[in-house]
Amino acid sequence: MEEGEYEISRRSVLVSSAVTATLAAAGVSEAQPLPKALAPADHKVSFVVNGKGQAFSLDPRITLLDALREHLHLTGTKKGCDHGQCGACTVIVNGERINSCLSLALQHEGDEVTTIEGLGTPEKLHPMQAAFVKHDGYQCGYCTPGQICSAVAVLDEIKRGVPSHVQAELTRAPTPTNAELRERMSGNICRCGAYSNIAEAMADVAEARV
Amino acid sequence: MRLFTYERAKTPAEAARAVAGQPGAKFLAGGTNLIDLMKLEIETPTHLVDVQDLKLDRIEQTGEGGLKIGALVSNTALASDARVRRDYGVLARAIVAGASGQLRNKATTAGNLLQRTRCPYFYDTNMPCNKRKPGSGCAAIAGYSRQLAVIGASDQCIATHPGDMAVALRVLDATVETVNAAGEPRAIPIADFHRLPGATPHIDTNLAPGELITAVTLPRPLGGRHVYEKVRDRASYAFALVSVAAVIQWDGTGRVAFGGVAHKPWRIEAAEAAMPQGAAAVTTSLFADAKPTHDNAFKVPLATRTLAAVIAEGNAA
Repeated sequence: MEEGEYEISRRSVLVSSAVTATLAAAGVSEAQPLPKALAPADHKVSFVVNGKGQAFSLDPRITLLDALREHLHLTGTKKGCDHGQCGACTVIVNGERINSCLSLALQHEGDEVTTIEGLGTPEKLHPMQAAFVKHDGYQCGYCTPGQICSAVAVLDEIKRGVPSHVQAELTRAPTPTNAELRERMSGNICRCGAYSNIAEAMADVAEARV
Repeated sequence: MRLFTYERAKTPAEAARAVAGQPGAKFLAGGTNLIDLMKLEIETPTHLVDVQDLKLDRIEQTGEGGLKIGALVSNTALASDARVRRDYGVLARAIVAGASGQLRNKATTAGNLLQRTRCPYFYDTNMPCNKRKPGSGCAAIAGYSRQLAVIGASDQCIATHPGDMAVALRVLDATVETVNAAGEPRAIPIADFHRLPGATPHIDTNLAPGELITAVTLPRPLGGRHVYEKVRDRASYAFALVSVAAVIQWDGTGRVAFGGVAHKPWRIEAAEAAMPQGAAAVTTSLFADAKPTHDNAFKVPLATRTLAAVIAEGNAA
């Protein structure tokens, strides 16, 4: 075989790359498909969101956050840092708050997910939503859905006896003091700095519950 | 994020086989660290084996009077367990000193042990990093090293193990239980689990490829006063500059391990004989071989002061 048969000019590479790029941009499948094992096969997953069963067919890379926002159009849950550092994406899964940006949708088969849309509505606010309004627990509002989901889950964690870093006695039941609320909310960043009002809103709800 | 295939394993041995049998495959547990690193393309697995169905989420009493913690027990569940809060307070304290409530709910016991360093140069894909890209160099040694290791490092890497939980497990003499692709179990003392960077900083632990953590076992309770003290740049949700895990007995003897100072939890059992003589007596030998950078030299005296505070707190309790 002549070696020359395999010589590819720089120009032909550029031309073929451009064609591939154009095809990809137009959504036309390429002549050379990905190996079968690596094809972004649509994976099936089902979970309950705000009480309603949802079935998805997803690329495995889709996070729970993107499934909620881009596929169900539940845009109350926010994408802040997308790296688990800011808490804007906080949702409640099987009763516990998590960062929905750090979870693949496929990890949630059969789970029960509650987003801000599932906590209350403009007509019927969740007590925590009403308390945030009363205490001015926000300014721009971008972090607020995550703050409220986190706050609701925090009061439940205190009720269930989940310990915290500021607890003096590990073997005693924690109480919703200001220091406890602030420590437990440290995974939710508020760039407007509404922290003290958020803690007051939470204290209001915690007191009403007692 | 690079494309990958995904499966959910049914048994530990099946999971180990699935990862061992495919180069580039990784276990997926809580995902709080792995998915973050995949978004940054620092981790680029070609295949993920989700282990959440392996029923490794229980905490059981052992025949020896200790506890066997399933690999998938969440950090929150572990810190909340009544037996852990009562008998292994240093472990509960270390866990709640780390991360945020959201992360602790999803992060697992095994995943916590396997989390990667937070060295800023490991995260910055524009910079050399022997841990991320073997042979590319270490930008941290001459760079911004305030957070990084002061002891046990090498000329290849000065990263630290970022976790708190492992520091407490080290002081408790925990054992990491694993299974390999052949279904064979192995018990690794926590002291031998994490590695020093040496010439292979890209390898964090002594796990074999495809070897799956199934549990972490704690020996019988030690009694004494349990303290975990973490010094950091803000009051919550930050990695340690220096942390101290200690179990101090009523006669002043005790055990101590340090976090935030090395590529693994730093404990030298021989140094603990000096506990009754005070913090400086212990840290003088513990940090005798310290080689801090200009940026992190403060960690050595800080370690002594933090231990002094821990001993004082232990005596006051």
